[in-house]
Amino acid sequence: MIEEKFDAIVIGAGMSGNAAAYTMASRGMKVLQLERGEYPGSKNVQGAIMYADMLEKIIPDFRDDAPLERHLVEQRFWMMDDTSHTGMHYRSDDFNEAKPNRYTIIRAQFDKWFSRKVRAAGATVLCETTVTELAHDTSGKVIGVRTDRTGGVIFADVVVLAEGVNGLLGTRAELREMPKPETVALAVKEMHFLPEEVIDQRFGLKGDEGCVIEAAGTISRGMTGLAFLYTNKESISLGIGCLVSDFAAKMESPYVLLDMFKNHPSVRPLIKGSEVKEYAAHLIPEGGYKAIPQLFGDGWVVVGDAAQLNNAVHREGSNLAMTSGRIAGEAIFQVKSRRDPMTRENLALYKTMLDNSFIVKDLKKYKDMPALLHTNSQHFFKTYPQLMSQAAQNFMRVDGTPKIDKEKATTAAFIRARSRWGLVSDAVRLAFAWR
Amino acid sequence: MTIAVTEPRVEDKLYQNRYLVDAGRPHIKVRPHVTPSANLLALTRVCPAKCYEENDKGQVEITADGCMECGTCRVLCEASGEIEWNYPRGGFGVLFKFG
Repeated sequence: MIEEKFDAIVIGAGMSGNAAAYTMASRGMKVLQLERGEYPGSKNVQGAIMYADMLEKIIPDFRDDAPLERHLVEQRFWMMDDTSHTGMHYRSDDFNEAKPNRYTIIRAQFDKWFSRKVRAAGATVLCETTVTELAHDTSGKVIGVRTDRTGGVIFADVVVLAEGVNGLLGTRAELREMPKPETVALAVKEMHFLPEEVIDQRFGLKGDEGCVIEAAGTISRGMTGLAFLYTNKESISLGIGCLVSDFAAKMESPYVLLDMFKNHPSVRPLIKGSEVKEYAAHLIPEGGYKAIPQLFGDGWVVVGDAAQLNNAVHREGSNLAMTSGRIAGEAIFQVKSRRDPMTRENLALYKTMLDNSFIVKDLKKYKDMPALLHTNSQHFFKTYPQLMSQAAQNFMRVDGTPKIDKEKATTAAFIRARSRWGLVSDAVRLAFAWR
Repeated sequence: MTIAVTEPRVEDKLYQNRYLVDAGRPHIKVRPHVTPSANLLALTRVCPAKCYEENDKGQVEITADGCMECGTCRVLCEASGEIEWNYPRGGFGVLFKFG
């Protein structure tokens, strides 16, 4: 039984929870972190790419002992139809730097490492403990939590909700709404194991160099979705995600899409002979700026995926989670240092600091993108990829047709599929959503 | 042309995973019903662990043992009251080795 009162309770030991717990504990605060999994990471799923800058701001020397897989030297964007991909590849030796910018990681291993740092900073971390509800006082202020371990309330001045995209506590306490089917994607993923040298050969890599592929197109069957393939040291993380609303409307199965992606002629040779060791599923927040809920209140703040902080356009989530956790920790520490109470007014500092960070600025930039892609998914994820493939093939196939006729055929195909007005309007709307 | 894929056996995929099943205490329950809503019926296709199945009376049933706790069914069916969703007790449920 835990009798003492804590400065802060952090619910969840994912990226945002670990960042918040570490930030507060390393500043001398008395922190309790609760995680329902057997170990930190056992409930967490990510692609996963980790961005160094955001972790450096929390643990500057993380490269010394963090379990990192490969640093990325190559990024491939593929627009796929059923037999082809049209790609944009960027590879640079500049990414082979002393302090690389992006790494692939395996979350269960990474989260265990992060949690060791949290404990070393002085926080108490309790695993295998599901928080069942938030405890309130008569004024409605959050004063602690109840868990399935202890009967009574564990008290704290402030509760950090780092409970993930499917967090029950905040939604049940009506601090925020439950995610809507249109604002979350369901992603499924498999871990394919291959010898390190086979991965090196297939992707043209040496040492710890890594490559990522992100692919969209007919692979999502006209739904708003994205497939990915990330190289780890001795494994390949491979998956696909689409909006839950699209899945439900089309009655599609995520594992069918996953197997179609694996069997695509552009992907199959890359994973040939692999041994699959895990199949995972998780939701991803996709609502962007407009889906960000109330972020703070009397005695609580919400961080990471639970706050829908995810940049779908740049496929950044864990860095926003880490950064929001750090900022929440810093804001709480500031309030505590001034000996002020953890009221709604004082915790507004967290939102002010978040608004001034890249997180809210980036999400604001793309605020109209989710709606655009969701309402035009047939065009952006099916029609255009098919047209791109036809155009590329027409350009490359030499068959005696005069080039002028080939160009006319390509232009005609685009106009036939989307009409002149449709093409212009898609381009304009995309440009406006992007700016 | 489309990529030919035979319907994959989800059981084979889930077999790779580690679970600690809380026997007799399912964390998701389906409310008894005569006819399932479109969303509830969709779960028989959309659930990534294929936990939901339609019985011969056209009702949707759940076996949550292979659940990966993603929350898709909660997002689709909790608000209507058709399912009741809780996290498994601490330590139980799916235990990702890699995540």
